[in-house]
Amino acid sequence: MDPKTLRYTKTHEWAYLEGDLCTVGLTKFAVDQLTDIIYIDLPDVDDPVTAGESFGEIESVKAVSDLYSPVSGDISAVNEKLQTDPTLIASDPYGKGWLIKVKVEKGTTLDHLMTLDQYEKQIASEEH
Amino acid sequence: MSYVLNTSEDQRAMLAAIGVSSIEELFHKIPPSLRLNRPLQVPPALSEMELTAHLHQLARRNRPAGEAVCFLGGGAYDHFIPAVVDVIAGRSEFYTAYTPYQAEASQGSLQVFFEFQTLICQLTDLDVANASLYEGGSAVAESVLMARSIQPQRRKVLVAASVHPEYRQTLATYTANLDLHIQTLPTPNGFLDPDDLKKAIDHQTLCVVAQHPNFFGCLEEPEALADVAHQTGALFIVSFDPISLGLLKRPGQYRADIAVAEGQCLGNPMSYGGPYLGLLACREEYVRKMPGRLVGQTVDRRGRRCWVLTLQTREQHIRREKATSNICTNQGLMALKATVYLAALGPQGLKETADLCMRKAHYAAARLTQLAGVQLRFNRPFFKEFTLQIEGSVPALLAGLLEKGYHAGLHLGRWYPELQNCFSMAVTEKRTRAEIDGFVSALADQRDGACNGVPTPQVRSEPVEQTIHG
Repeated sequence: MDPKTLRYTKTHEWAYLEGDLCTVGLTKFAVDQLTDIIYIDLPDVDDPVTAGESFGEIESVKAVSDLYSPVSGDISAVNEKLQTDPTLIASDPYGKGWLIKVKVEKGTTLDHLMTLDQYEKQIASEEH
Repeated sequence: MSYVLNTSEDQRAMLAAIGVSSIEELFHKIPPSLRLNRPLQVPPALSEMELTAHLHQLARRNRPAGEAVCFLGGGAYDHFIPAVVDVIAGRSEFYTAYTPYQAEASQGSLQVFFEFQTLICQLTDLDVANASLYEGGSAVAESVLMARSIQPQRRKVLVAASVHPEYRQTLATYTANLDLHIQTLPTPNGFLDPDDLKKAIDHQTLCVVAQHPNFFGCLEEPEALADVAHQTGALFIVSFDPISLGLLKRPGQYRADIAVAEGQCLGNPMSYGGPYLGLLACREEYVRKMPGRLVGQTVDRRGRRCWVLTLQTREQHIRREKATSNICTNQGLMALKATVYLAALGPQGLKETADLCMRKAHYAAARLTQLAGVQLRFNRPFFKEFTLQIEGSVPALLAGLLEKGYHAGLHLGRWYPELQNCFSMAVTEKRTRAEIDGFVSALADQRDGACNGVPTPQVRSEPVEQTIHG
């Protein structure tokens, strides 16, 4: 997936909306910050998620971080491959390392999220 | 801790360091109305010899289990402790109460905890055990908190009234400020009837908590309880007696999701109620929701076997307020004793111990219920502990028996108003036939004395038995 076509949260999730299905993942910046990812705790299919609220946890060797949903809706798919190989998140964060797909209500947009340009400015300020 | 002397010279130096001239000046900010304004009313100081004699005199007022014949139970049991347990646990290399700081520097301790976890897994037939919790009651509470983090969307906890009342109180304290509804299910027949559980359980139930064998000594029907729990997606938590697993089915075999226990019976003395240790084991899928310390086995850079604290991301120093538990240590010394005890007994020794407990308990129950007016309160199978019902006052009977050198049992009326005339007794492998027979006579005397005002020296025989059975 092309990072330019994605939208971003302040908490480093990316979102891609296609019809009423929103794919959510973690940005390369976040993955690099976490270092070695060893475990990920994701919700079950059909669980409800709310924009801005935690839907799971990601664990690296040294820390555990919450994952926040960019949109509200119901989980329609979970990347099962991550349970056996969480390193996919690091090796392909915008592709095979996607986390969840959320079925959103009609008319939902990603306008409340940052563009790549805005997101890059945010992480540039975080790095200083 | 050693006594730190505080001489008047030390006091002068400390006062000088903070810039005041006297103790009086140090306290002058405290208003006179709040001060005592007179010396403390304590007796004059004793000499060391007098003090030692005084403390011995106070200590003699206790009746330790070792100086009386002990039938006490309810979580703390007078099992035999082989000498090897204290010899190994007393070694200075091992002698520390908790998980050491810089734990990996203490490879010996970590190896013991790893072996402890392995033994508890073998004992429970479950996949993972932690390096121990504080004691049986908090282990029950921790297991419920664990179930809650596995099933965060559910709110209801069902607990059998046959679970140790103090464990239930601990659970109530732990969960007092959480959005959880704890419902106690009555056990009028001495066990949680799976049909009663079926009526109470719903899809809001996150877990079912039972004790097997339970507080009355009775066996529950754990397989049926586990089935009912699982049908609605609830977890089944069991509090077990480690010694009983020498004979009874293991928690993993009856599909318990989390198994917890008081581990005192494994090589630790009763010592007035503590320190003890809690056991907690579960199925592997729940490992990241476990409380407490976990030791893992790995290899160092030269390929040598070594041990580390593992999955620490569950714990407070990393996960902060979202940690799985507030416990950040273990009962190191007690877990060490339990490890040596289990290793010394081995599977066969544990089986023999359990078998002796069961046979002696059943012998005692059979002898006691031959006495007129003494009967088993519940018509249920039991392991090493059982509940007797008598006529007359239980506290008076227990007090009288203590005078005669018997810790006879626990008065159940303390926790169960409907069991005012009942007490529970535990019979371990340590009780001899002579002790049990002596106790039966003492109980008969005591009861006859209480009924007639005239002590009679012997157990009633034939005629009474005929009235019971006829």
